[in-house]
Amino acid sequence: MEQTKYMNPYIAGVLLGLLLLVTIFITGRGLGASGAVKSSVVAAVTTIAPSHGESSKFYSDYMREHENNPLKNWLVFEVIGVIIGAFISGLVSNRLNFTLERKEGVTSKTRIITALLGGALFGLGAQLGRGCTSGSALSGMAVLSFGGIITMLAIFGGAYAFAYFFRKLWI
Amino acid sequence: MGPLVPDIISNELNFVVAIFIGIAFGYILEQAGFSTSKKLVGLFYGYDFTVLRVFFTAGITAMIGVIAFAHFGILDISLIYINPTFLYSALVGGLIMGLGFVIGGFCPGTSVCAAAIGKIDAIIFVAGSFIGVWLFAEAYPVFEGLYLAENWGNITMFEVLGTSQALFAFLLTVMAVGAFIAVRFVEAKVTGKPNEDVPVKKYFYAFVSIMFLFGLTAFMLPVKKEVVLSKVEDEKFLNSVEIKRITSDELAFRLMDKDVRINILDFRTPEQFNRTKLPQSFNMTIDELFTKDGGKMLDVRNNINVFIAENELDAMKAAVIATELGHSNIRVLEGGMNKFYTEIINPSLPLTTSTRQEESNVRFKKKASIVIPELIEKNKNIVVVKKESKRVIGGC
Repeated sequence: MEQTKYMNPYIAGVLLGLLLLVTIFITGRGLGASGAVKSSVVAAVTTIAPSHGESSKFYSDYMREHENNPLKNWLVFEVIGVIIGAFISGLVSNRLNFTLERKEGVTSKTRIITALLGGALFGLGAQLGRGCTSGSALSGMAVLSFGGIITMLAIFGGAYAFAYFFRKLWI
Repeated sequence: MGPLVPDIISNELNFVVAIFIGIAFGYILEQAGFSTSKKLVGLFYGYDFTVLRVFFTAGITAMIGVIAFAHFGILDISLIYINPTFLYSALVGGLIMGLGFVIGGFCPGTSVCAAAIGKIDAIIFVAGSFIGVWLFAEAYPVFEGLYLAENWGNITMFEVLGTSQALFAFLLTVMAVGAFIAVRFVEAKVTGKPNEDVPVKKYFYAFVSIMFLFGLTAFMLPVKKEVVLSKVEDEKFLNSVEIKRITSDELAFRLMDKDVRINILDFRTPEQFNRTKLPQSFNMTIDELFTKDGGKMLDVRNNINVFIAENELDAMKAAVIATELGHSNIRVLEGGMNKFYTEIINPSLPLTTSTRQEESNVRFKKKASIVIPELIEKNKNIVVVKKESKRVIGGC
């Protein structure tokens, strides 16, 4: 079966906006993603190397804020939902299959390395930016946060500035 | 009044809510096409502006919704999470994320979506983001200076620019609509054909006109708080609202009787309040009536909310505002604290009484003029901490 077409972006945008609004109304906070990665990293490190976790300020601060249970974080539950939701969407639109998506001419090895590197940069940047495209840029825009909008401009501005150097990966 | 957490929805139930919100989030992102890196980076090479369309539409829809909710008093904006501004950290972090975006082809949210439908590159990107966060955590002492520099607090864009919220929101909407028009031309030029996946005519005009109307209403409709505040300045209106009074005698009697239902809201200045603080009383300002915390203080079941001020008129204004905001069980102290002083605390009592009723009245006042100052004295050193909700902690 052929995969169905994507949703009209403006309709998707309005739906996403309404979801964000409902989220803010119910919980007082916006959507996010990178925070769940942070929770998982803290959980992993403090489980594998508890003494290291205690001596490092980053981990111990986080543990204190989360009552020693780093996975008891709103975003962890939200991202579990994201996985379920995206899977359902892929299922109904026939888009479920294991593929390593890459431009013709780009080797699998290159794509694996760039994906890993891009992820690492994004993960690190999201810590400095106190959130990623969802948590800082999108949710920040909804509440007109200065920091959120600055981060958004820096993300997209940076991406445009660097795009030329990595054009061979995509076009 | 929102946010519903933690009063209506408990912190524990909030985790269940999070899963459902996440499901909707993931579903919409995947349906919009955010599960393929090719579509995402199209934004940076000009061949596919889906990200811009979805992102801007969502941001503006939510923003206008938040403004409207706050405008009509449905959402207490002082409690919601406003991403804090740490200027340098935000800029450097954003640039690093931008670099990660063009190299990796995803952002964290979209990579999770793509991974969920089996994109191996997305699964690797997610693994990479774990490494990135771990590197930051390990090297935190190196980053700490940058991370904490230039802390501007929970500041908003319009505060920085010094414009009104409505004006800034309107400008942002105009900018977004302009971008929507511009990217159509760019897309057509880069790909050599118009993007047929976006049947622009119907939706586009509908969207623009709705946004235009929203923008207009933000200018035209005054904020609820301002409406109520200007209403109570009108004496005619003030007198048309029926609010029960409580006499000095009755208030004194109930205080001496230790009637626990009495909840006194004192609208005098903090200095006056601290000088003669009645038992069971809280110092409050008119502004606080409009907040979620202020509302909560008035909504205790079976409580009788006694509004007091130096004079009756000021208490009356506060009481009318509270009534307009939907609170009930309100009494206003007749004659204000001025009368309470002359009748209860320093009463001028007649030396002789002719009727039995007068006699018992004098007896009561004599007792009250001793007991009430004692109660005030006892209450002096008790500091009542008003329950104050904290801003929700959010972010990533």
